[in-house]
Amino acid sequence: MERPLTQHINFNRSSLNLKDYQSVGGYQAVEKALTSMAPGDITKMVIEADLKGRGGAGFSTGTKWSFVPMNTLGQTKYLIANADEMEPGTFKDRMLLEGNPHQLIEGMIVAAYAIQANISYVFLRWAYKKAAWLIKHAIEEAYTAGYLGKNILGSGFNLEMHLHTGIGRYMCGEETALLNALEGKRATPRTKPPFPQVSGLFGKPTIVNNVETLCNIPHIVNHGADWFKDLSPGSDAGTKIYGISGRVNKPGLWELPMGTTVRELLETHAGGMKKGVSFRAVLPGGASTDFLVEEHLDVKMDYKSIAAAGSRLGTGTMIVLDDQTCPVGFIHNLEHFFAQESCGWCTPCREGLPWTEKILLSIENGTGRPEDLELLEMHTKHLGPGNTFCALAPGAMEPLQSGLKYFRADFEKHIKEKKCPWR
Amino acid sequence: MATIYIDHKAYEVTPGKNVLETCLTLGFDLPYFCWHPAMGSVGACRQCAIKLFKDEEDTKGRLVMSCMETVKDNMYLSIEDPSARAFRTQVIEWLMTNHPHDCAVCDEGGSCHLQDMTVMTGHNYRRFQFPKRSYKNQYLGPFINHEMNRCIQCYRCVRFYKDYAGGKDLDVFAAHNHVYFGRAADGTLESEFSGNLAEVCPTGVFTDKSLKSHYTRKWDMTMAPSICQHCSLGCNIIAGERYGELRQITNRYNGAVNGYFICDRGRFGYEFVNSINRIQQPLVRAHIPEPADKDSLYRQLAIILTKHRTIGIASPRASLEANFALRQLVGKENFYQGVSETEAQLMRNILLTLNAGHTHSPSLKETEAADVVFILGEDLTNSAPMLALAVRQAIRKVPFEKAAQISIPTWHDAALRELAQEEKGELFIAYPTKTKLDELAGKPLHLSPDEIARLGYAVAAYLNTNSPAPEGLSKHSLKLARHIADSLKKAKNSLIICGTSLFNEAIINAATNIAMALSGEEKKANLSFIVPECNSMGLAMMDAPSLTYAMEALENRDIDTVIVLENDLYRRGGKKEIDLLLEQRKNLVVLDHLHHETSNKASILIPVATFAEAEGTIVNNEGRAQRFFQVFSPKNENFRESWSWLDEFRQFQNGISPEELQEPGNLLAGMVRLMPQFKGVDTLSPAADFRISGQKIPREPHRYSGRTAMLANINVSEPKPPEDHHSALSFTMEGYKGMPPAPLIPFFWAPGWNSVQSVNKYQTEVGGSLRGGDPGERLFSEIRSAERRYQNHIPPTFIPSAGEWLILPLPHIFGSEELSIYSPGINERSPKPYIAINRKDAKNLNAVENDLVQLRIQDQSYFLPVRIMEELPEGLAGIPYQIPGLTGISWPAKGILTKGNT
Ligand SMILES: Cc1cc2nc3c(=O)[nH]c(=O)nc-3n(C[C@H](O)[C@H](O)[C@H](O)COP(=O)(O)O)c2cc1C
Ligand code: SF4
Ligand code: SF4
Ligand code: SF4
Ligand code: FES
Repeated sequence: MERPLTQHINFNRSSLNLKDYQSVGGYQAVEKALTSMAPGDITKMVIEADLKGRGGAGFSTGTKWSFVPMNTLGQTKYLIANADEMEPGTFKDRMLLEGNPHQLIEGMIVAAYAIQANISYVFLRWAYKKAAWLIKHAIEEAYTAGYLGKNILGSGFNLEMHLHTGIGRYMCGEETALLNALEGKRATPRTKPPFPQVSGLFGKPTIVNNVETLCNIPHIVNHGADWFKDLSPGSDAGTKIYGISGRVNKPGLWELPMGTTVRELLETHAGGMKKGVSFRAVLPGGASTDFLVEEHLDVKMDYKSIAAAGSRLGTGTMIVLDDQTCPVGFIHNLEHFFAQESCGWCTPCREGLPWTEKILLSIENGTGRPEDLELLEMHTKHLGPGNTFCALAPGAMEPLQSGLKYFRADFEKHIKEKKCPWR
Repeated sequence: MATIYIDHKAYEVTPGKNVLETCLTLGFDLPYFCWHPAMGSVGACRQCAIKLFKDEEDTKGRLVMSCMETVKDNMYLSIEDPSARAFRTQVIEWLMTNHPHDCAVCDEGGSCHLQDMTVMTGHNYRRFQFPKRSYKNQYLGPFINHEMNRCIQCYRCVRFYKDYAGGKDLDVFAAHNHVYFGRAADGTLESEFSGNLAEVCPTGVFTDKSLKSHYTRKWDMTMAPSICQHCSLGCNIIAGERYGELRQITNRYNGAVNGYFICDRGRFGYEFVNSINRIQQPLVRAHIPEPADKDSLYRQLAIILTKHRTIGIASPRASLEANFALRQLVGKENFYQGVSETEAQLMRNILLTLNAGHTHSPSLKETEAADVVFILGEDLTNSAPMLALAVRQAIRKVPFEKAAQISIPTWHDAALRELAQEEKGELFIAYPTKTKLDELAGKPLHLSPDEIARLGYAVAAYLNTNSPAPEGLSKHSLKLARHIADSLKKAKNSLIICGTSLFNEAIINAATNIAMALSGEEKKANLSFIVPECNSMGLAMMDAPSLTYAMEALENRDIDTVIVLENDLYRRGGKKEIDLLLEQRKNLVVLDHLHHETSNKASILIPVATFAEAEGTIVNNEGRAQRFFQVFSPKNENFRESWSWLDEFRQFQNGISPEELQEPGNLLAGMVRLMPQFKGVDTLSPAADFRISGQKIPREPHRYSGRTAMLANINVSEPKPPEDHHSALSFTMEGYKGMPPAPLIPFFWAPGWNSVQSVNKYQTEVGGSLRGGDPGERLFSEIRSAERRYQNHIPPTFIPSAGEWLILPLPHIFGSEELSIYSPGINERSPKPYIAINRKDAKNLNAVENDLVQLRIQDQSYFLPVRIMEELPEGLAGIPYQIPGLTGISWPAKGILTKGNT
């Protein structure tokens, strides 16, 4: 089984420096792309490889690149690696950043070349201190080696790369809020259209891609689209870094073919539930995805299959809910996070999320009223996609709406008994 | 045109606009908060949600924000869709979760957009059970009150203050449901446009503090359409009164002039009307001043008006009617403009250009469409504030073309700003000191007045070789001139702005040359003139000699009576010459509403009405004649319009006894007959006998309360309301309830729309002209009528002379204007006297910042603290123009500076 993204990552040794990376074939994709491929060919290849964005939305990466205007000699364009990773339960990008920073840089160079961007940024979560140091160092190494800067490898292509560390707001990971943050403005999102591909950072065409997405690029360039598709037996191409947190025996991250089932992840890789607790449900793709339950254990973790089961692949990192944890408290904790991270721009999210949080807390504390469930349901309905300005609030509603569906009895019990049965 | 379907009904509408404004134009009541007609859409509040269907068959549709959707042909929409309605109601419920519900004690209550929208959506039951969040309010200075708990986070305030008006000290802080709109710390809001927050904010967070000091509900005021009297732009305002006191000024929408906004001088400068410094009754000064009743007044006047030779001195701040009535009284040959010869000459020059019709004098609205702007010798923010705001919009609109290429519509404010970033049109400013607009200009050009003119001449010469070029300009200046010329030439819609502020005719000549050089056969360049006062243009058009000639007349002809109309002559010339003028006569009749240095010398003093108690017509800088109406009939019967007094005097002079004096007839019609240049001013508004369904237009809303009780402490029977014989407006709440003709709109109100947002209902389309056309009439036809040659009086290079400084009059929005300074808030914001010099000059004087230096100027001497202005060219010293204590100077002026009191 191939693990292109993580094959060289070994946390028992220090992360790969430039030499280490080169010795395992690093920067060959840059050489190949910049010296023998036209930008459009790379985009085409990525489209053919059917790489979908690993940041959560799962949009075709190559297609996204193809919206960038290309007949614009000398126009400033930007490429940005989204390394903000603040989705609760998600820590996959951290592994890539800390384990093999040059892989990301290489992916960024190729991606920038494909869209002919000359300036690139790594937008990093502030708390990733180690990653910050490593990325900074790796960028310096890449400059010294001539992979960054002017006329890279004699190709005539120039690329600057900078590291920017955020201030730790979930919103900064939303790509348009990220652009505002990078411009030094408030991290509120922008409307689409216009899409960043046309009017992005500083009003210039911009591509924002997730770290994992970008790390796939060198491998696709090196091995081709068909190879990438063949990595997975299922309907989605490539591998995916899956993760599990919660009361399992071996929480962690694994690079596996797209479409691995929930059960295989849970039982084979995470070693099953801890002694004394049993499985109740799982948020398959991070905090902003709908719960899946027992009956979904054999669902394949790919975009289509998870959607069919009523949830989203999201970041592919799951949070497991066990039977010893109160689902109301669990969801309250999530809504507390989302309410706090709301940027405050649009009414439904700014005012609605704190309301749901307060209701959940009162239910958890035994002061909930039967009509509170209606209010919660009202929020899940009215905070849906399109109703709010960005995807934060709809995301926040996913665990709540599925929670109300699967754990209704628990909610009602809280209200009836005027206390949390788990306490 | 596009066909759209709203709830299955077809409408023909303009494509490209957003759906919200289109629905409002069609008359639908669709709620909104964050969208503002002048500021466009950002999609934040989610209040304007409606359903959009794929096609006729689609029954599911999806919720969209109407303010964020572009109108396209064949759009299927629903406002009434139950889920869209439910969502809109829900948005209000969310907004209300933290709202204090303190309408009863809120200044906005009853004219509040939030109340209106709440009622419109039908939300009425509170389900939120938890404590509300609360904030600390801030002290924001004398103009604006802050009550943050009422905030609904629509972001309009910051979008207006920062994005639209370029303010720096108001922002949004914090995040999630604790966003805070205010300053980093308590303190006076710095923007000259801060008062607009009270109208932009849809709730009671930002409210008018001056109104608060004598608070009245909006519907309890008697209101009338009026014109701002505090600079030459003539912004349209609504003035409101209760209990004989002027209470509030708000913006009156005029699509061609000020649109949705006014400046703080205009909004807060009204308090002179209520001032204790008002002249209360006629005064006859024999040995000691004595109050005079009508009899003794006319006895005195009989002596003066029949036996004496009289001249009349008119005023640039009095209406056409008043000035004309004076002219009729004293006769054309004895009628003088009450301004200095320098000012009169500048105005003559400007009039020649406006009449020649080679260039175009743009309205404020047109100004906003300029793409390259060159300002010569004006600090717009201080001399014509709303023009500064218009230039800001003009400069920012340039990248719109690029936006169109990627299909961003012009109303999509957020996307436009993201795309445009710092990119903007070109702005060049040549002025001796820094100005607020400098931040938008490339490299500011801090030059002496003559050098500004020389640069202007050089620009004009590059544009057209027939325009004379200055000699001896440095290489650097030539390069600059060429650069400006090239930019102007490339422009699609260039705009040149100059004015009278520096009293330098060469600047006006140079600017005129530039505009003429830019004007082609088809398209004329825009040339804006800033003139000194609200009716300077109207007065100049009367074409009378200046004060200098009045003085000559006093010396050479045996004139012994001077009538001064609404004018403090000490603001018009040097103290010594004015003293001379006023002391040479036997009788000095002064008509004005406030006591001042001139009125103090009057032998007969007549109190007159202010703009709020009077009806009149003034001509703005653009040449637009505009009419203002009496707001209220003053309790003090002596507060009569100057024109009414003066016309009585005329009748009296003609032998009619005081008992038989008549109300003046139609003065304006008479004026147009005698002075055809004013053609059109007599038809600016429907005539006094105009009626709709036999009814007059009420100045009081139908909700006006307390009418029968207001004066019950004095007399229990309700007095008969005063009658208005001069206009179609009435001083009552009875009358025609529908929409009045545009020139007669006393207030904006529509069913369900109690706030100023109701203005949407009065427009032909949102942001367009008022129904029936915006009021006001441009008096210059702009048909190329006369030959206009290039001017060629090029001044020589400015060389600082040792020991003598050129003194610059630096205008201040708060302080430099005669009437607005009576408002306590404006007074507080006015600078204290100072003298600005550059560092080198200061060093030569051995003075540092705040040191007192003596300025000797025209036999007067002032001790002024030094303000070092690094950018000021050598040999120039600036003093705040006409602030109290610094009047009585004849401009332009030179002066001598010495350190200390030696
Ligand atoms: C509230 C919010 C937070 C997000 N945070 C992240 C993040 O931390 N990292 C990330 O890659 N994408 C994040 N996204 C998704 C991005 O908006 C964007 O879709 C993604 O960076 C695109 O990259 P991809 O196409 O490679 O997936 C977030 C989205 C939302 C709505
Ligand atoms: S949904 Fe609205 S308030 Fe929430 S984060 Fe997005 S834009 Fe901000
Ligand atoms: S203060 Fe007023 S304008 Fe500003 S966000 Fe709040 S409600 Fe809107
Ligand atoms: S710009 Fe001039 S006319 Fe307009 S409100 Fe201000 S002072 Fe009045
Ligand atoms: S008015 Fe449309 S979202 Fe606020």
